[in-house]
Amino acid sequence: MEQLKEKLLSSFIVFENEINGQADSPIHEIRREALKTFEELGFPTKRHEEWKYTNLKPILKHDFKVFPKTEKAIEFKDVKRYFLNEVDTYKIVFVNGVYSSWLSETTHTNYDVCTFSAATKKYAEVLEKYFSSIAPKDEAMVALNTAFAKDGAFIRVPKNQTVNKPIEVVYLTTDEGRELMIQPRNLVVAEEGSHVQIIERHQSLSSSLVFTNSVTEIYASNNAKVSYYKVQNDIKTASLVDSTSVKQERDSHVNVGTFSFGGKFTRNNLNFFMAGENIESHMDGITILEEGQFVDHHTLADHQQPNCYSRELYKSIFDDNSKGVFNGKVMVHRDAQKTNAFQSNNNLLLTDKASIDTKPQLEIYADDVKCSHGCTIGQLDEEALFYLRSRGIPEKEAKAMLMYAFSNDALDHVHIPELKTKLNLLIAKKLGVDLEFEL
Amino acid sequence: MKISNPKSQISNLRLKMLKVNNIHARIESNEILKGINLEVKPGEVHAIMGPNGAGKSTLSSVIAGRDEYEVTEGDITLNGESIMDMAPEERAHKGVFLSFQYPIEIPGVTVSNFLKTSINESRKAQGLDPMPASEMLKKMREKMSLLEMDKGFLSRSLNEGFSGGEKKRNEIFQMAMLEPTLAILDETDSGLDIDALRIVANGVNKLKSKDNAVVIITHYQRLLDHIVPDFVHVLFDGKIVKSGDKTLAHKLEEKGYDWIKNELAEAK
Repeated sequence: MEQLKEKLLSSFIVFENEINGQADSPIHEIRREALKTFEELGFPTKRHEEWKYTNLKPILKHDFKVFPKTEKAIEFKDVKRYFLNEVDTYKIVFVNGVYSSWLSETTHTNYDVCTFSAATKKYAEVLEKYFSSIAPKDEAMVALNTAFAKDGAFIRVPKNQTVNKPIEVVYLTTDEGRELMIQPRNLVVAEEGSHVQIIERHQSLSSSLVFTNSVTEIYASNNAKVSYYKVQNDIKTASLVDSTSVKQERDSHVNVGTFSFGGKFTRNNLNFFMAGENIESHMDGITILEEGQFVDHHTLADHQQPNCYSRELYKSIFDDNSKGVFNGKVMVHRDAQKTNAFQSNNNLLLTDKASIDTKPQLEIYADDVKCSHGCTIGQLDEEALFYLRSRGIPEKEAKAMLMYAFSNDALDHVHIPELKTKLNLLIAKKLGVDLEFEL
Repeated sequence: MKISNPKSQISNLRLKMLKVNNIHARIESNEILKGINLEVKPGEVHAIMGPNGAGKSTLSSVIAGRDEYEVTEGDITLNGESIMDMAPEERAHKGVFLSFQYPIEIPGVTVSNFLKTSINESRKAQGLDPMPASEMLKKMREKMSLLEMDKGFLSRSLNEGFSGGEKKRNEIFQMAMLEPTLAILDETDSGLDIDALRIVANGVNKLKSKDNAVVIITHYQRLLDHIVPDFVHVLFDGKIVKSGDKTLAHKLEEKGYDWIKNELAEAK
């Protein structure tokens, strides 16, 4: 861990040379500050309260290649299955952290769907305004990403524009001959009254180790609507730390869905900073894990103003020796009267070896609020299982149906039908059955 | 009603379809069934009556294969074949159907999707291809009209938010779709108002044929006014203590279960 830290710190000069011409820009000043923060903090360890149940150490012990340079040629047909094919989409695709114009489909017509690196040149003022303004600066993994922020998705939707098709942001990795670390940086700016739907995916195409430290900032201005879906179905040699922070202004609606089926190790930090009145914020999650998998969801609903609604629904199923962590923090500031905050975390443990550490954390400083939270840990209902089996449905399929029934309301905010179908298929596949869960 | 399972053509020979032979069953250390004997032939309707706690629902669960109950003695055969070692789904594939006293709510799984899975898994077990979607839909419509159900039913989550009557009607709808050779109706009349009772009973009567059989488990006589049994058995303290024709049900309704208790006490 210390070795990786040293390596990253010492490689910053190399990084600066790579982005030459920008070294004096305000953006780069932010990077330098972030590097200092990371140098002070170091990687989080289990001694940090927020990382008590989540051990990064085994992930970080490898000698990662930190600056992959070459764009690998990939044919679309070979990676087609990682995209939504039944509907037309914009695509921002990276291979080993490097933008692939070949696989991408971007636009600047009514809105900007392009790359972070392009935006540093073309939309410097937008970037300067929002870059590193939403993600918590004092978090080590965010600071590390900020220091090396070079590329990722840049999406800007001007006032009252609706992006006419979903945007897919896909990070592919191939065999680079050794362990690979990539640090994507995404920025979404939805201006007043605009509307956008985004799907994010990280996918390894080879079995060499990959560690992704991803940061996404989403700004939703007055009355904007943003849907952001994370399809986490990577192979079991991939590890991911994802920090997504959302800042919402008045009357905006943002929902983030996190669907975690794959990967070896996943840590999701999801922060909602609700900075105006009449905001709606939704966080949905379905997690289905098996042998050797770990997923940690850390969420924050930060109610700063009155009359806002946050709703959080996380459903998780743990098989074999898989492990999970859920930490849901709801902060209600003194001015945030009439807050309505709902949080629910339901877990199914299918074996004695599976485990979940779940913790709701409510801090309420206003007196006229409605906050509820609930967490459950249980097993499949034997009676329901018998009911299905008595109708001729075999045990495996019956269990899968019950697990689907358990989790499916976390799909309610998936507003792209083709994505919903895809998620249903992924769930059936993960549960090992050939059932169509369509309604 | 057609028989979907070719193997059950043997029932045309008028053999005993169901034979329950000296079944003893317990849950944990409580013995609930203490030697049940019952024979049901194709085309017959049997009613099993008895006071609460007599073991009526246990008997139906044991026939359907619920493993919560441990069968310590005895055998159950269907068309001559023992079903004791079969999983509940295998018994279903052989034509056993249990209408639940308390159908389970399964949010997120629609009635139509559930039935589609149920029917096609049964067909798969019999080496048949899945039923074509158009045929499935046609059959669903037909059976729904038989039970005077609204077509909106199909897209609702299974039993979720259903009234007591809707749940029971949905059970009989499933029975109509699955076309079992042996249907066990466990307290199907409970929670039904007069109209729903008539509709459900009418549905069951229309599904009856010379090739299938119905076992009605009930506390009261009222369902038996609509579905007339050929045989009535009284289950008491884990045993069938009296059998007769439909007049036995009337007698029970009139005299109550104390009559049986007293008779048993006298015999001792």
